[in-house]
Amino acid sequence: MAPSGLLIRKIDEIMPRGSSLWADTLRNIVHRRSAIVGAVMLFFLIVTAVFAPLIATHNPEMVLLGVENVKRRSPPCIHLLGCPSDQPQHLMGVDGNVRDFFSRMVYGSRLSLQIGFSTVSFAIVVGGLLIGAVSGYVGGWVDNLLMRIMDVILAFPYLLLAIAIVTVLGPGLINALLAIGIVSIPIYARVMRSSVLSIKQMDFVLADRAIGVPPARILFRRIMPNALTPLIVQGTLGIATAILDAAALSFLGLGAQPPTPEWGLMLSEERNQVFTAPHLVFFPGFAIMLTVLSFNLLGDGLRDALDPRLRHR
Amino acid sequence: MTRYIISRLFMAVPVIFGVLFITFALARVIPGDPCRAILGEKATDAVCEKFIREKGLDQPIPVQFAVYLKEIAQGDFGTSFRTKQAVTEMIVERLPQTIELTIAAMIFASFFGVLLGMIAAYWANSKVDVAVMIGANIGVSMPVFWLGLMLAYVFALLLKDTPLWLPPSGRLSSGITVENLTLLWGLEPGHALYGVVSFISNLVILNALITGNWTALGDAIKHLILPAIALGTIPMSIIARMTRSSLLEVLGLDYIRTARAKGLREIWVIFRHAMSNAMLPVVTVIGLSLGSLLSGAVLTETIFGLSGVGRIMYDSITARDYGVVQGFVVVIALIYLLANLAVDLSYAVLDPRIRLD
Repeated sequence: MAPSGLLIRKIDEIMPRGSSLWADTLRNIVHRRSAIVGAVMLFFLIVTAVFAPLIATHNPEMVLLGVENVKRRSPPCIHLLGCPSDQPQHLMGVDGNVRDFFSRMVYGSRLSLQIGFSTVSFAIVVGGLLIGAVSGYVGGWVDNLLMRIMDVILAFPYLLLAIAIVTVLGPGLINALLAIGIVSIPIYARVMRSSVLSIKQMDFVLADRAIGVPPARILFRRIMPNALTPLIVQGTLGIATAILDAAALSFLGLGAQPPTPEWGLMLSEERNQVFTAPHLVFFPGFAIMLTVLSFNLLGDGLRDALDPRLRHR
Repeated sequence: MTRYIISRLFMAVPVIFGVLFITFALARVIPGDPCRAILGEKATDAVCEKFIREKGLDQPIPVQFAVYLKEIAQGDFGTSFRTKQAVTEMIVERLPQTIELTIAAMIFASFFGVLLGMIAAYWANSKVDVAVMIGANIGVSMPVFWLGLMLAYVFALLLKDTPLWLPPSGRLSSGITVENLTLLWGLEPGHALYGVVSFISNLVILNALITGNWTALGDAIKHLILPAIALGTIPMSIIARMTRSSLLEVLGLDYIRTARAKGLREIWVIFRHAMSNAMLPVVTVIGLSLGSLLSGAVLTETIFGLSGVGRIMYDSITARDYGVVQGFVVVIALIYLLANLAVDLSYAVLDPRIRLD
């Protein structure tokens, strides 16, 4: 706990206790060990994604057939760990198309992060900021109608609905992301609606209304900033789910298309080789798991730090 | 209670109507020509015209929707474009597999989830607790398809020739079969119970139990273990977390202290006093995980070579087999709605303070 203790003291120096919501939040997050672990894992992932061209040892799409003396699906060869030095070095082996698997894994981190952030941003904007906020603020039949539509979406097992939407739009990474975004709209709509509903009853909103602030301004400038916290928490956890779902769609052949180095697709391409070349199945799945885990840990920590009411749920 | 059930069922009507509409609409906006998707690229215009007229696809969309609703009300889900098989028949054939898999996964998830959660809560903040919670965090982050493949690798290949070996695919080993109950009991296809009996007949484990076929029973259970673990790991982790936090809350209450003070045995305190109050949120989570189980079934069935609902849905959606998709989606949505209703009703049983009217 020493490093986090140091961090807390640093935060205390810069921003005294109780000075601002963000300082308190930061202090709370640093207290949560799981959030720290998640943030560190995520940091390494982002570094990998940003510096992918420097970290990768090969071009991720280059076929090494005839370039190097390697066999298809050969296992990892690391010189430091005793692989004979006359063989070319491949940290995670070579895939079925004779491409360096490590470089593909490194580039895959870029896609994985983009997938997570883009789908959740879409779902937060459409589901939370539009549908949820309007539903909670306007109420009445608008609320009823919008929430019943959300119920209908929730009545489907989400992956099947996502598959159906991708089929309509046509397979491809962008369409898969859109499908996952649409399917996750109800979650954000409900979260936002319930916080808008409770904030709407507060005195400062009544005061705003009494002095004649226009409704749209009350909603967007006064209520929404106060209702964002649960949405941020839900979003962090939602990124984890979105990455899992996108990988699942790619695994089924409906998401990223070859030769994109996307982890779900890479796993799917080699899944029949699990008994002969297990490393090609192990690494992508393990990477997906670590990425999802980092967002889950960070999300749990954020939830505890930002919203004490939700603790232990 | 009865009144509550009836009103809840009425509330479900608009949702079911919405589900029907969305499946109908999705199937109609899928790009591409259903005729050539089914009859092949080489189908001539004349053949296609006849096909479209026969299937009623030339009617205005509202008319098609009305016809579709009427047929469903009569229990007729149409026939598959591809296999010419009645969709109801396909449901009877495929649904039992998925039900078996889902129930097995649910049992695995609930049993181990509640057990691990109790252990973690009882020894809260100990090393055991930390280990269980790390495990649960990893569990929820695991891609179902990856876990399935890794389990298959470990149990079917690495542990080959050991007693721990488990089969990586299928429902029964080749050479092992179960009896067809409709033939066994001499039921004709027209018989009122024919559908129900063939449904039971396709539930391999139940079938083996009824007919006393112990070889098939053991074999079927062996085939079910790996898919159930793969599918049940995420819900198990969620249930473990929920049980832990819910039990921790209850264990801090005064009545638990009273129970301990009057000298009750610890095991009695936990199981009888604490768990009965801590189970409420856990039951909710178990019920809600049904949706993710049905989603995960597509992936699990793909990996373990099972041809259940998940698999047929995927195949039919990609092949634009409208009727099949619609039929199965309606059935799945109904199961899901009923499961949620069952969860709400179980509240009243678990907590007598809750009155449902």
